[in-house]
Order: sequence, then structure tokens, then C-alpha cells
Amino acid sequence: MIPAAFDYTKAASVEDAVTALAAAGDDGKVLAGGQSLLPMLRLRLAAPAMLVDLGGLAELRGVHDDGDALRIGAMTTHDEVMRDPLVHEHAPLIAQAAETVGDRQIRHLGTFGGSLAHADPAGDLPGVALALDAVMSVVGPSGVRDVPASDFFVDYFTTALGPGDVLVSVRVPKLTGWSTHYEKFHQLAQSWSVVGVAAAVRRSNGSIAEARVALTNMGVTPVRARGVEEALTGAPATADAVADAAARALEGASPLTDGTASAEYRTQLAPVLTRRAVMAAGGV
Amino acid sequence: MTRISMTVDGVRYDDDVEPRTLLVQHLRDRLGKVGTVVGCDTSNCGSCTVLLSGTSVKSCSVLAVQADGADVTTIEGLAGADGELHPVQTAFHEQHGLQCGFCTPGMIMASVDLLTENPDPTDEEIREGLEGNLCRCTGYQNIVRAVHAAAESMRTSVPSTPEGAEAAEGVTT
Ligand SMILES: Cc1cc2nc3c(=O)[nH]c(=O)nc-3n(C[C@H](O)[C@H](O)[C@H](O)COP(=O)(O)OP(=O)(O)OC[C@H]3O[C@@H](n4cnc5c(N)ncnc54)[C@H](O)[C@@H]3O)c2cc1C
Ligand code: FES
Ligand code: FES
Repeated sequence: MIPAAFDYTKAASVEDAVTALAAAGDDGKVLAGGQSLLPMLRLRLAAPAMLVDLGGLAELRGVHDDGDALRIGAMTTHDEVMRDPLVHEHAPLIAQAAETVGDRQIRHLGTFGGSLAHADPAGDLPGVALALDAVMSVVGPSGVRDVPASDFFVDYFTTALGPGDVLVSVRVPKLTGWSTHYEKFHQLAQSWSVVGVAAAVRRSNGSIAEARVALTNMGVTPVRARGVEEALTGAPATADAVADAAARALEGASPLTDGTASAEYRTQLAPVLTRRAVMAAGGV
Repeated sequence: MTRISMTVDGVRYDDDVEPRTLLVQHLRDRLGKVGTVVGCDTSNCGSCTVLLSGTSVKSCSVLAVQADGADVTTIEGLAGADGELHPVQTAFHEQHGLQCGFCTPGMIMASVDLLTENPDPTDEEIREGLEGNLCRCTGYQNIVRAVHAAAESMRTSVPSTPEGAEAAEGVTT
């Protein structure tokens, strides 16, 4: 199907985009890679009056070293992110999740920022951003502001971005001495997560010094599994200890039933996948 | 209407398009590139795959305006000027990597993209690499064979540049 008619402008700068979006109000939408938006426009699940294309903004693309953090431009594609040497060195969890997104064609166009802004509960990058304590840099009509991941994901497909706001980059603190894993359970090649688990573990001798765990598709927003993190902190790096900690994966989760799986099924999956993710990340 | 210009299969086209025009619609309906087909409405099947500035994309999920200024290669642009088939086309033909042929333009374009990145993929890498392309007929076995055969022939083909000759020497068996 063909989208409903809309006006289109290719932004020449971030300021230009913000001005065009602010003028359009609730009827305006950012176009990034289009890999979520185009399918929605075609099915007419969305019918914005104005699309503001960020595709020409080279300054929103690429990964930069910012001292103790990486700064990832919102328009950096999944494909670029998963091949980036800085990401591999300092935030490999992002590469591990990005390479599970869709298929090659989708990853060539879909962007890191678009995945976060879209905030699909099944999206693989929001949970990763939450686990890594990423901070979103947003430019809007009232200027620049930073929004931590814990405040960014507000509800089902809803973020802290308002009309006129553009997500420009994401600051990801470097993790030194940690190892990570993204465990994704899906039914078909190319498909979305039924449940996903992002895990980062810092080991010290035979035990787990610190852990970060976040769940994909276990609620309307990604969920930080604080109970699991707490149980892992100081625990011995053994399969039993990890399994005990993973049993707390459901604390704070409220999975939905949808066309892919029931809430009950997700409830069964989450602790199992959490155990696998932490074991893989921690080399247990 | 928005003015766009793009190079498709080596020819430059300038056109006024409605912003909502999909790239695949533009290719098929305006430029007559009907080799690129549409198999789904959900961005899943990959039959519409083309190369956009050198990498594979699903042309049903890109607006024509997003491709402004870009270089597009469709299945119609793969063969040489003399009509000689691209090695991936030849391999799909010889290995019988198709039955009804509907998925084939997309499969071939996705395979070209995959082999550019990975000239010697394993079975597993081929299956993963083509996960964005669905085939309802073949069961994929002959498609995987065709991609192997294409990879082999591209690695051992007579190189046209001296640098290519050196690179190819290492892999010729
Ligand atoms: C077949 C298929 C399979 C897929 N599988 C997966 C999967 O397994 N896992 C997964 O995580 N994703 C998957 N995706 C989605 C993919 O990750 C998209 O790339 C992503 O969700 C959106 O990124 P985009 O750049 O394409 O954004 P767009 O589609 O352009 O935009 C999406 C939304 O975000 C807004 N937006 C985008 N960028 C910004 C910005 N910088 N500032 C403000 N708002 C912005 C847009 O206005 C729009 O509302 C799949 C998509 C398809 C078609
Ligand atoms: S027609 Fe483009 S993915 Fe199916
Ligand atoms: S040959 Fe018929 S769909 Fe692939």
C-alpha cells in the first residue's frame, strides 16, 4: 500500500529540523531510516501531515570518543554501529544487540536513534540503552537537554520526546573491565524479540563484582532488572548462583500478551534467558 | 511535488515526485524498471531489494525522495552492456536457485550485497545473510548452492586489473 499524502522537507541542520517540526506541531514527524515509519505509513497506522527528513545531516552520524563515554550520533545506522571499533571496545553490548535487528537490508537504513525514539517494546536497543545508563541528547524548541535512559522510555511507543524534539546523539559511558551479552529469543529469522535480555557483568576473581541487566519486551517499556543485579552483586560466579539471581527477573516486569506470545509464556522465558545472558556475559 | 535526481543502473533521471512515492513505485511505474518486484506490504519479503549507494535496501520501505542524489542498482543493471549475465545471475540459473522466480530479483541483489562483504561465506553465513529474503518455493537449498557457486566463480574469475590479478592468485585453486 501507498502512504497517505504528506509534506516533506529535508532538514539542512538540526535547528532547521526543530523549526519545521515545531511549526507542524502534533502533525509533524521525524524521518530517520524509515524502517519503522515507512511500514507504519504504508499500513496507514500513521498519517503525519509533515515529515522532516534527517537523512542529510552528516553531523548526526558516527561514533565519537568523548573521554569516559562514547557519543553515538542518532542517525548512525545499525550496520555502522555493529561494525564500529569504538563500540566494540567500549560498549560491545550495543553491537551484540544491533546485529540481531531485522536483516541486512533493515540494518543498512535503520538507525540507533530511530530505534530508541520509536520505543517499540520489542525493540532491541532500548533495553541496551537502559542497561548501559545511556543519556539521550535532545534538541527542541526550548534548547538542548539531556535525558537519562531511565526517564526516556515513558510508555508503549512513547518517549520523553515532545513535538519539535530531535534526538541528536546518545552518550554511553564506557565500561572498562566488563563483559557483555545480548540474549534474544525470537521465532523466525529476521523477527523481533519475544523477550530479550541485555547483560553486563564485571567479575573479580571468582565472583561477580557488579552486574547490569535489562529486559526487552517484558513490559510497555524496557525494564531494568534491579533484583537480579542486586542478587548478583558479590555472588560467586557459579551456575547455581546465577540461576538463583535470574529467578528475580520478574521483579518489576509486567509482560504483555500480543500476537507473538502470551504474558504467561514471556513470564516463563524471562528467568531462563536472564540466566543464559548472565552466564554468557560473565563467562560462567 | 519534490524534484529528485538519481542514477539508476548507470543512467541519470531527474523527476518531480510526490513525497509519498515509494522508491519501488518510482522505479517500476516511472522509470519502467519492472524487474524489481513487490511481494508484501510489510517490509518482510525482500523481493524488492535493490542496491542504494552500494548496499542492499528494501525499495518498498524507502521513499523516492530519500534516494535523491543516490546511485541505485536494480536487477536490470547487473548484466554487462553486452548482455553477459552477472556471476550471481549465472549461478542462480545453473544451480536452479528458483522455481516460480518471484523472489529471485531480490535474492540475487541481496546475494550480490552479501558477497561484496563476504566473498567466501559458509552455509550458515549465506542463510543468515539472506534472512531478509523469503522464498515460498525452493526450500532455499538450491539458493544456498547458487550463492556458493557464485562466490566460487567470482573468486576465481579472470581479474581485469593488475591488483585484482595479485589478489586472485591467492585464492585460485
Ligand atoms: C522487517 C523488519 C524487522 C525488524 N526487526 C527488528 C528487530 O528485530 N529489532 C529491532 O529492534 N528493530 C527491528 N526493526 C526496526 C528497526 O530497528 C528500525 O530501524 C527502528 O525501529 C527505527 O529506526 P529508523 O531509523 O528506521 O526510524 P524511523 O522509522 O525513521 O522512525 C521511527 C520513529 O522514531 C522517530 N524518530 C526517528 N529518529 C528520530 C530522532 N533522531 N529524533 C526524534 N524522533 C525520531 C520517528 O519520527 C518515528 O516516529 C525491524 C524493522 C523491519 C521493517
Ligand atoms: S515488497 Fe519490499 S519487503 Fe516485501
Ligand atoms: S522461487 Fe518462488 S518464491 Fe522463490
